Order: sequence, then structure tokens, then C-alpha cells
Amino acid sequence: MQTGPGPVAVALIAGVVLLFLIAPVVIILIVSFSGADYLRFPPPSLSLRWYQRFFGVPGWRQAIGVSAQVALLTMVFATVLGFLASLALVRGRFRGKGAIYAFLLSPTIVPTIITAIGLYFFFVRWKATGSILAMALGHTVLALPVVVIIIAATLQGFDVRFEQAALSLGASRLTALRRVTLPLIMPGVLSAALFAFLTSFDELLIPLFLSGVEVQTLTVRIWNSLLLEVDPTIAAVSSFLIGVTTAVLGASALLRGSGETPGA
Amino acid sequence: MSPGRVATTDVVATVEDASLAPERRDAIRYLLILLPAILVLLALFVYPLLGIVDRSVYKRGDGYTLQYYGQIWRVPVYLQVIGRTFRTAIQVTLLCLALGYPLAYLLATLRPRVARLLLIVVVLPFFTSIIVRTYAWMVLLGRNGIVNQYLTWLGLTDAPLPLLYNQGGVLIGMTYVLLPYMILTLYSVMRGIDPGFVRAAHSLGASRWQAFRRVFLPLSLPGIAGGTLLVFILSLGFFITPALMGGPADVMIAMLIEREVEFTLNWSFASALAVILLVLTLIGFVGYNRVVRLERIFEARS
Repeated sequence: MQTGPGPVAVALIAGVVLLFLIAPVVIILIVSFSGADYLRFPPPSLSLRWYQRFFGVPGWRQAIGVSAQVALLTMVFATVLGFLASLALVRGRFRGKGAIYAFLLSPTIVPTIITAIGLYFFFVRWKATGSILAMALGHTVLALPVVVIIIAATLQGFDVRFEQAALSLGASRLTALRRVTLPLIMPGVLSAALFAFLTSFDELLIPLFLSGVEVQTLTVRIWNSLLLEVDPTIAAVSSFLIGVTTAVLGASALLRGSGETPGA
Repeated sequence: MSPGRVATTDVVATVEDASLAPERRDAIRYLLILLPAILVLLALFVYPLLGIVDRSVYKRGDGYTLQYYGQIWRVPVYLQVIGRTFRTAIQVTLLCLALGYPLAYLLATLRPRVARLLLIVVVLPFFTSIIVRTYAWMVLLGRNGIVNQYLTWLGLTDAPLPLLYNQGGVLIGMTYVLLPYMILTLYSVMRGIDPGFVRAAHSLGASRWQAFRRVFLPLSLPGIAGGTLLVFILSLGFFITPALMGGPADVMIAMLIEREVEFTLNWSFASALAVILLVLTLIGFVGYNRVVRLERIFEARS
């Protein structure tokens, strides 16, 4: 590369930054398999004891269940709402589209702590804190922009002539949408759904305010545990969450690969 | 959003004698499917935010009052917290720029295939839960943490160094969490810079450094502006990392809000603080939107 200043120096700094980014993740993954009582790196011996603790303690198992339920509900809500809204925004011709788009993305710019206390004040009045539905509704607010961005981008890359062809051959609008458009943009929709799931699964602040003593998500349990001590069990829990993130990123990369042929 | 303008309505409209009525019917149909998302956001986002604003200026019995804002203004501790929040946000932003620019630059000049591979290293932490990333640094920086184990082992220090629960810990943790935002914003701008410009500068006799400083750097300015604004704004409202990695002297505005809600139970005062944070954030985003369009960052990350 002859395009910049001191390529060796730049590459060196960039390499250190890459290491800075990835090292903590890798170290947590390795340390989670440690056999020692406290976290040393490299671990003196390997074991699955922290995973046994994680999957063995009923509290943690419950938390996985709560997180999964909240994330699945969020995924359904956000994907349905976001899909319909994106369709209207990309295809529709009406005034104020830009403003509506900005409005749908606005939850990303408000600090989550503010959204969280707003929802807390809101749900306390309905005595709905500690409910999985309340947490999922809160997360839907955060996941909706993610879904809209991904599906709107997919729809924009979609060649409308496919749909026009179906219409000109006599298909009704709904049939054309269901039989032609939807299958072609499916990879984008699924990928949006996965990111909606991840948005909820990884998020702490909304369940921190909305969860009760009984109903806690994984992130809330991590938080409560970290306020007391740096427990090695959390390394196993963290590795589990990193695994979920990796799975979502991998699946969405595969989906994007499969979706590249049509429409693009 | 212009590609969407070539809509199916064109076909329908010509078939139905090019009258305007079907188009209007179409617009209404699209507005109808837009409605659920808008209603959900109005009920679960806008309404709760308005609730916060209302709570910040209302006191039961006294009616509307500005006393909670007055309290922030009068009590030095609160102004100190706001000042500290700004200072921390500026420091984190500068650290992210210093670390992020070289990496984004390298990624933008590498072959796309290689760059995409290296981007995974940026994207994986980006999508990992903030609390997991914070925990990782607590494991590294703690009193008996991994960094201290190595420092002691190397004989560089006798007693463990206090790396956690202080300002330094907060800076490292926040920089780590926010760095991907900076890199992705910078990268999305740099990727669009035509390498031909830099080559042209070379062919006209510019040295490598001159070509960078006079051609590439100015062209990457929108990325610098967008990235710094984004990281700065996100830092202002940061909660998880400073709460876990900071000490008693490192309270930031978001932590103050949480404390007032959960422990002091002074919801009106918490609301006033939240409104101030919200206004600061919105001012920042108006600026940000001028430089980089909001969705750009998501394009880069997906």
C-alpha cells in the first residue's frame, strides 16, 4: 500500500488496537474453563465447574428462561411492527416520510437510562413491574429501530419489477407480497428478527428497572452479582452470551450470503 | 429513500386511467400499516418521556414549579457531577479517536476481503452485551486481576496497583465499549474516499505524509466529526460501565439518575436530571445529523 503515512507504524498501532478489542473477549472465553478458584490467566487447569455452577443453580437457569422469553416476545413484536412500517416507508408515497423514519429511529438517540426510568414510572402505575410482557414491550422500543433499518435497506435493494410482473400477471397485491416479495426479502427479515432478539437478550437497563425479585433476566443477575464481587461463574455466563452473539452474527452473515442472488 | 419511489402504484395508476384517486387510496393503505409502529412508540416511548418532563416540573400540592432544576443549580455537588460527566465524555472521545483513526485508516486501505475479515474483530465486541464487556475489564483490572498478576510476576510492582474503581478504570472501560462506534463511523466515510485522489497527489510529487495530511485527512473529516460527536453523546448518558468500574468519586449524571430513582426515591429530581441529559443529547444529535446521517452507522455495522 502506498497510499499513506508510514505504513509500518500505522499497521503496528492498528494491530495493537485490534488486540485491545479482541483480547478481553478471548480471555473471558478461556478463563471460563478454568479449574482454579479465582481467575488466573492462563488458567492453571481446565474444568467445566463454572458452567456446572451456571447451568446447575436454579436461579441462573430461571434467568436464562426469562431472558429467552423476553427476547422472543421482543423479536416477534419488533419484527412484525418493523416489517409493516418499513414496507410503508419504502413503498408508500406520502408526505413527511423522512420525519416518520427519523421518529422510528429516535429511540436509538435517547440514553437508555432515560427510556428505562420513563418506562419504570409508566409501568409502576399499572403495577406491571416484574412482568415479562412489560420488559418485552420496553425492549420492543429499543429493537424497533434496528428492525426498520435492516428491513428498509433490504427492501430498497429489492427489484420492484419482480412484484410488478406478478401484478401484471393478475396476482392480487397481497398475493404478490406473500408469494413474491416476502420470500425474496426473507433473509433480511430473518436477520432483522435475530438482531431484535439479540438487542433484548443483551440489554440490562430496562429489565434492571422493570424486573421484580422473582423474575430476573440474565443481565440483571450478572449486574446484581457484580455489585458484590467478581464471581468466576460470571465468566461462564458471559461466554454463553458471547456465544449467542456469535451465533446471531454468523447466522445473519449466512442469510446475507443466501440473499445476495435475488433482487440485489 | 429515493429508490422506493418507483412503486407498484405506477402500474396500477396507468391501468386505472391515471386518476389520482387510487394513489390516494394507496397512500392511506401505507399509512395504515405504518400506524401500529407509530402507536407503540407513542405509547411506550413518547408518553413515558413526556411523563418524565411533567414530573420534573410538577410537585403535588404546589403545582408547577422549577424547584428541582433550582436544586441542581444551587447544590454544587450536582454541577460537579455534570462537569465530571462532560470531562469524562471528552476524554473518552479523544481516546477513541486516537485509537480508532489508525485502525479505520488501515481497514479502508486494505483489500476489501481482508478488511471484512478484520472487521469481525471490531463487530464481535460491538454486539456483545455491554455488561459482559465491562465484566471482562473488571477481571483484567481488578486488585487480584490478570493485569496485576502479570505486573507482580514480572516484578514491576510489589503491591497490586489500583486499576479498578477509579477514573482510570472508567476511561479504559468506556473507551473499550465505545471504540467500535468510532471505528465504524470513520470506516464508513473513509471507504468512500477515492484512492485516486491520494494517487494523484503522489504523482504530483507529494510525499506520503503530505498526501495524507492535505488530501486524505480533509476528506475523512466528516467521519471524524461524526464519530467524535456520536461517541461524545453516547458517553454523556453512559451508565453501566462507570457504575461498575468507577469509584465513589466517579459518579456521572446517569448514575445519579439511577440512584435518585432506586434509592433516594426522589423521582421528580431524577426527572429533572433526566431532562437535562436528554436536552444535551438532543443538541448533540442535531449536530450529528448535519454531518452524518443517522442510518449510516447502522449500514456500517450490518
